[in-house]
Amino acid sequence: MTAGVIRTQRPSARQRAVGERARKSLGRRRAVNGVMLGVLATAAVITVLPLLFILGHLVTKGATSLDLAFFTHMPTPVGEAGGGMANAIVGTLIIIGLAMLFGLPVGVGAGLYLAENRGAWLANSVRFLSDVLNGLPSIVMGIFAWQFLVRPMGHFSALSGGVALGVMMIPMIARTTEEMVRTVPTSLREAALALGYARWRTGLTIVLRTASAGIVTGVLVSLARVAGETAPLLFTAFGNQFWSTSVTQPIAALPLQIFNYAISPYDDWHRLAWAGALVLIALILVISIVARVATRARFDMGSGD
Amino acid sequence: MSPTVLTADPGAGTVVRIHGRHIGDRIYRGAITFFAVCVPLLVALVAWEIAVAGWPTFRHFGLSFLTSSDWDPVKDRFGAAPAIYGTLVSSAIALVIATPLAVGVSVFLSEFAPRWMRQPVGFLVDLLAAIPSVVYGLWGIFVLLPLLRDPVMPFLRDTLELGSTPFFTGPAYGPSMLAAGLILAIMVLPYIASVSREVLLAVPRAQREAALALGATRWEAIWRAVLPYAKSGIVGGIILGLGRALGETMAVTMLIGNRQEISASLLAPGYTMASLIANEFSEASSDAHLSALMAVGFTLLIITIVVNAIARWLVWRVGGGAASKAL
Amino acid sequence: MAIEVKSELAGLADPRPANAAPAVTPERTRLAAESLDAWFGSIHAVHDISLPVREGSVMAIIGPSGCGKSTFLRCLNRMHETVSTGRVSGRVLLDGADIYDGGVNPIAVRKHIGMVFQRPTPFPTMSIRDNVAAGLRVMDGHVSRRETDAIVESALRRAALWGEVKDRLGASALALSGGQQQRLCIARALATSPRVLLLDEPTASLDPASTQSIEQLVRELRGDVTIIIVTHNMQQAARISDRTAFFLAGDLVEVAPTESLFTSPSDPRTEAYITGRFG
Repeated sequence: MTAGVIRTQRPSARQRAVGERARKSLGRRRAVNGVMLGVLATAAVITVLPLLFILGHLVTKGATSLDLAFFTHMPTPVGEAGGGMANAIVGTLIIIGLAMLFGLPVGVGAGLYLAENRGAWLANSVRFLSDVLNGLPSIVMGIFAWQFLVRPMGHFSALSGGVALGVMMIPMIARTTEEMVRTVPTSLREAALALGYARWRTGLTIVLRTASAGIVTGVLVSLARVAGETAPLLFTAFGNQFWSTSVTQPIAALPLQIFNYAISPYDDWHRLAWAGALVLIALILVISIVARVATRARFDMGSGD
Repeated sequence: MSPTVLTADPGAGTVVRIHGRHIGDRIYRGAITFFAVCVPLLVALVAWEIAVAGWPTFRHFGLSFLTSSDWDPVKDRFGAAPAIYGTLVSSAIALVIATPLAVGVSVFLSEFAPRWMRQPVGFLVDLLAAIPSVVYGLWGIFVLLPLLRDPVMPFLRDTLELGSTPFFTGPAYGPSMLAAGLILAIMVLPYIASVSREVLLAVPRAQREAALALGATRWEAIWRAVLPYAKSGIVGGIILGLGRALGETMAVTMLIGNRQEISASLLAPGYTMASLIANEFSEASSDAHLSALMAVGFTLLIITIVVNAIARWLVWRVGGGAASKAL
Repeated sequence: MAIEVKSELAGLADPRPANAAPAVTPERTRLAAESLDAWFGSIHAVHDISLPVREGSVMAIIGPSGCGKSTFLRCLNRMHETVSTGRVSGRVLLDGADIYDGGVNPIAVRKHIGMVFQRPTPFPTMSIRDNVAAGLRVMDGHVSRRETDAIVESALRRAALWGEVKDRLGASALALSGGQQQRLCIARALATSPRVLLLDEPTASLDPASTQSIEQLVRELRGDVTIIIVTHNMQQAARISDRTAFFLAGDLVEVAPTESLFTSPSDPRTEAYITGRFG
């Protein structure tokens, strides 16, 4: 790169400024360039540092507290050593299963509608409000589900927790579905229609199936996100020290258990909280990695086209 | 599929069956339209349920609900000012810390970093976003708070003599506005970074090549050509981060100290709207208390909707569809 | 090659069901457009076209880009209306029945009139076999697995693809070459025994060798299936069609036996086009 002087007949203020800059010594400008590169690289390091720090603590503190009993045993009362979170692990799986039950059909259906009705006023408003829904704080979801389900039912329940998380999944699933369905070429739809497929059959067996790998990825990503949510469960699933798989009863969940143990004054429970956090992160990571692999599979298939 | 009707063609002696109706498509259209309409209905339902529950509080206290600091469930007096103040201050601290770092890391990744480095670092930043709030809180309690208690807070207050300003006075308990702001900074950083990265990638190549062709260094091209172009998109990302910070619950609840008081000192404990709800909701026994917490929730809901709408509008202006995917 | 499947297997879609009148005269009109107009929004793309097509013949439609030939073709199986702004008026008679009649179900129409597009459109999630069988799934009545296998084989044989794929019917259709994919799409259209096959520039995206194999295929299907092919390639029209129609700016300028249209066109515009003076 050279430092050339820019000559124009009537230089504007901006051009004069550029000219002035250009007259500065090349060495100094290169130095600034180098310093800024250093600053940016430092920002990158500082950003990644807390992550490594957190993961490091999770693994060291979590792994030392983790044993088979954690997965197979129930929580023990204060003062009793040992114990695990078997009920919370199962509870989390039940809650996110319920969330899928509500979130998946609505999310995929809304995504299909959005993809097939681009530009329609209803589609635009649905898209906007889906973004609004996505931005609502999770604690707001929690009090909504409490007011909507827990209060009328008269008691906390796994069901209400599942609804709260399911509603949170909808905008994420709808968005991915819309994007993935849009990547299916019009020519495929037309080929199916020309073969005598009805629109519903075209939509479900051709378009949705072609887009399915991407949609699965989106669903898994949303699942990973809600699996760690605590705030929406505080007043819905509520937690349970005992074994329960009933959807109409309060149920334990890993994030709730971690929260309750973390703010407790007991060392034993602190250890269990770390172990729970490690298991929760591992669960989320596994879901995320499966999602990435699913995406890759989609691209492999696409490259044959 | 309903049965088709035979249409005879006596002239040719062949039969073509093409008559009939398809109700399948109507059901399909009806179903996906129903699911789509569920989304606005849910938003309305959420807002409605919470508004109705909070309405008695708004009606009884009026504007003083937002401006009064008097929160006493026993005497049925509710003023949410400390929680609103705490929400705004902790989010502001988070943005002040996270913004330069997030923009820095995204500029570094999109403009400077060697190709082999981009994916892994980008993945690590995304991973930050995947860690649940409660895990941040756990880490905050057992790692961040001890660090703040000693040496960070005494260092800020005494060694740097920041204690002479009203912002760093008082005892160093640990749980504080500062702790909440710090954990929020770590949590919103990936959101700001990923939007910034998408926006920077959406800047046309010509924009930076023109500057480089004029003899600008890489940094000058970024500072004078790329960043101005991406500015409003990045601002959108920051405001999006703000939206997340405002509603963040668990980690803040675990670290902010939960005290109904407005204090200028960042070393002092505080409250946020979200943590107020999280803490008191399950213990709220009176209808008035519940309604007050619902009113806090409704205030939070309105604030986040407004903030998110502004953010989306800004990002959409720069990057169009591509950049708004990151939201 | 003739269909090796009994007519009862192919169901009512078979153009010549056993119970129909035995004498099918070669001169019979299979499909006829009558005063057909088509629009995209306010753009009038096809103007008042009447065009009969004889059973078992190959009709080529030629004309410069944007002359409305593809739009016209898409009106013949009611595909034009699947575009949100598409609108049609006029009649299209399939064996005497107007497919635009009020009570007609467009989906049923498309089961009788197959279509193959410019670019190959194999369904990416389906195997080769399932692609060919895709149309059978929506036929009236149940088709058993064994019957499906037989129909798939016969359709692939008719599309001259059987030899190349018979050992990998379960493989993804995307593994095939472009020309093979296009023949697969033809096989898919043939599997339901349509009365008419519409080909919309089927060789436009193919290499010369694949183009030749498709042309060969059209020649072989002639007499067996009624074919209407849109092409921008005049030589191709000359090589494979019985009659040729020349479209210009949405109008049908001339339709005549292929040989006479290319050797002694009656309209000066046709002459100008085939001698390369415009378009």
